[in-house]
Amino acid sequence: MKNISINNPWFYLAPTIVFIVLLVIVPLVTGISYAFYDFDLLSGTQTFVGLEQFHKIMSEDSLFISSLYNTLFWTSTSLFFQFSLGFALALLLKDGFKGISLIQPLLFIPWAVPSFLIGLMWVWMFNPVTGPIPYALEAIGIMDQPENILSDPEHAMWGPIVANIWFGIPFFTIMLLAALRSIPDEIYEAAKMDGVSAFNIFRYITVPLIAPTILITLLIRAIWIANFAEIIIVMTGGGPANSTQIIATYIYDTAYQKMDFGYASVISIALLFMLMLYGFALGRLRQKMPVYV
Amino acid sequence: MIKNSKYGLIIGFLIFTLFPVFWMFKISLTPDRLLYSEGIVAWPSQVTFDHYYAVIVEGSFPDYFLNSFIVSFSTAALTTIIAIAAGYALSRFQFKGRSLVIITLLITQMFPIVMIIAPIYNVLTFINLVDSLAGLILVYTAFNLPFACFLMQSFFDGSPQELEEAAMIDGCTRLQALEKITLPLCLPGIGATLGFVFTAAWSELLFALMFINRQSQMTFPAGIMNFVTKFSVDWGQMAAAMILALIPVCIFFAYIQKFIVQGLTAGALKG
Repeated sequence: MKNISINNPWFYLAPTIVFIVLLVIVPLVTGISYAFYDFDLLSGTQTFVGLEQFHKIMSEDSLFISSLYNTLFWTSTSLFFQFSLGFALALLLKDGFKGISLIQPLLFIPWAVPSFLIGLMWVWMFNPVTGPIPYALEAIGIMDQPENILSDPEHAMWGPIVANIWFGIPFFTIMLLAALRSIPDEIYEAAKMDGVSAFNIFRYITVPLIAPTILITLLIRAIWIANFAEIIIVMTGGGPANSTQIIATYIYDTAYQKMDFGYASVISIALLFMLMLYGFALGRLRQKMPVYV
Repeated sequence: MIKNSKYGLIIGFLIFTLFPVFWMFKISLTPDRLLYSEGIVAWPSQVTFDHYYAVIVEGSFPDYFLNSFIVSFSTAALTTIIAIAAGYALSRFQFKGRSLVIITLLITQMFPIVMIIAPIYNVLTFINLVDSLAGLILVYTAFNLPFACFLMQSFFDGSPQELEEAAMIDGCTRLQALEKITLPLCLPGIGATLGFVFTAAWSELLFALMFINRQSQMTFPAGIMNFVTKFSVDWGQMAAAMILALIPVCIFFAYIQKFIVQGLTAGALKG
C-alpha cells in the first residue's frame, strides 16, 4: 500500500510516464536506431552499417554546416522577437482595460493557425502579384522596386522569420500574462507604499517572480523553433540556393525526398545533441538563480 | 499620455496580428477570376460568398470541425489533468529520479517528429487505434504532456507553499490542500495550459494526415489539404475554411481567458 500513497511523487507521475514511454520514448529509440542502418531505396532493404554514416556528417557534408548557421540565425532571431514582443504585449495587457475581453482573443489568433496555412498566408503577403508587403517595403525605401523577398538568396530567410514571429508572439504573451497575473497584488502595493520606483518594481519584483516561466518558455521555444520546418518548407522549400535550408528542413528533405532515413536520423541525432547542450546551459543558469518563493 | 501610448501600442499589435487574417478574408470573398488581376487591392470590386457556400454546404467541413473539436477538447482536458498531477510532483517533492524525469521530458521535444512518425504508427497499430480519433487524442496528449508538465510545475513553483502546508497542519489531507488551496491559486496557469494544448491540437496537421485515412474521422487541417491537389490549389475555398476555423478558437479563448484574468482575485489569498 505504501507505494501508491498520496505522499509518493511517483503516484502523481505515473500517468505521464505511461504516455511518454509508450508513445514517445519507444518510437524515439526506434528513430535513433535508423542512424546505424543504410536504407536502400531500390531494394527496400536495410543493412547494418554501424557508425559509417556518422563519418559523413563530420567530414564531407558542407550542406550540414551551412544549415547549422542558418538554424542559429533562424532560431535566435525568431526567438528574440517572439519573446521581446510577446513579453511587451503581456505587460500591456496585464492590468486590463475596457474591452480587453474582446481584444485578447483576437491577439491570440496566430497561435491557432495551422503552420502550413501560416506559410501559405505569408507567401501571398510577400508576393508582388498578390500581396502588399513588397509595395510597403518600396514605399519606405527598403526596396528599389517591389520584389519578392523570398526569391532573394541574401534576404529570403527574413520571410519565414517574419511569419514565425507573427505566429509565436501569442505563445509568450499567454504564458507570461498568466505568470504576471499570478503575482499577488499585495506585493506590488507594499512595494509602492515603500516608495519603490516602477522600474525597480519591474526589475526586482516582477522579473524574479516570473523567472521560472521565462526560463522554461525560452528553453522550450528555442527547441521547437530549431525543429520547426513547416513554415520554411511551404514558403521557400529551403531555397533559393539553400539559403533558407535549416537542419530541420534538411532532415525532412533527406528523409522524404531522398528517402534516406538512415542519414536523416544521423542529422537528427546531431541536432538532438546540440539542443541538449543548450538545455544543459539553461539548466545551469536556473540552478544559479536564487529561489524567491 | 502614458495611457494613450499604451493604447497606441496595443492597436499596433492588433494591426500586425489581424492584417494577414484580413488578407485571407479578402481572398475568401474574391471571385476566382479576379484573384490575380485584383491581387493587390485592399477590397475586390466584386464580392462572392461562393467559397463559404462550397465549404459549409457542399464539403464535409462541418464534420471536420466536429472531429477537430472532439479531438482538441479531449486532448486539452486529458493533458491538463495529467499535467497538473505531474507538475505538482515535480514542484512539491524532492526525490531520487526527479532530474531524470525532467531531462527525459525535455529530450522528447528535441528529436524531429518526422523521424518518429512510422514507429508511432506501429505502436498505434499494436493497440489497434490507427485511423481513429481516440488514437489521435492519445498521441496529441503524449506530445503535449512534457511542456504542459513544465508549465504546471512553474505555476506550482510560483504559488506560495506556506498556505498549503498550513492547511495540512490544520488537518487537511494533501489532496484536500491541493484542491482547496493550491489549484485555485494556479487557475491562470491551468487556463493557459488548456488554451495552449487546445490550439496545438486544433492546428496539428502531420499526425492527423498520417494516422487518419477515413474521411469521416478527419480533422480540419487534414481536410483543408483536400483543396491542395497535385495540379492546383483552390485558394478561395482554402481561405474560407481557414477563416471559419478561427471562429471556434476565438470563442474558446474568450471563454478560458476568464481563468487567466481572474487568477488571484478569485483565489484563496483574498477569501
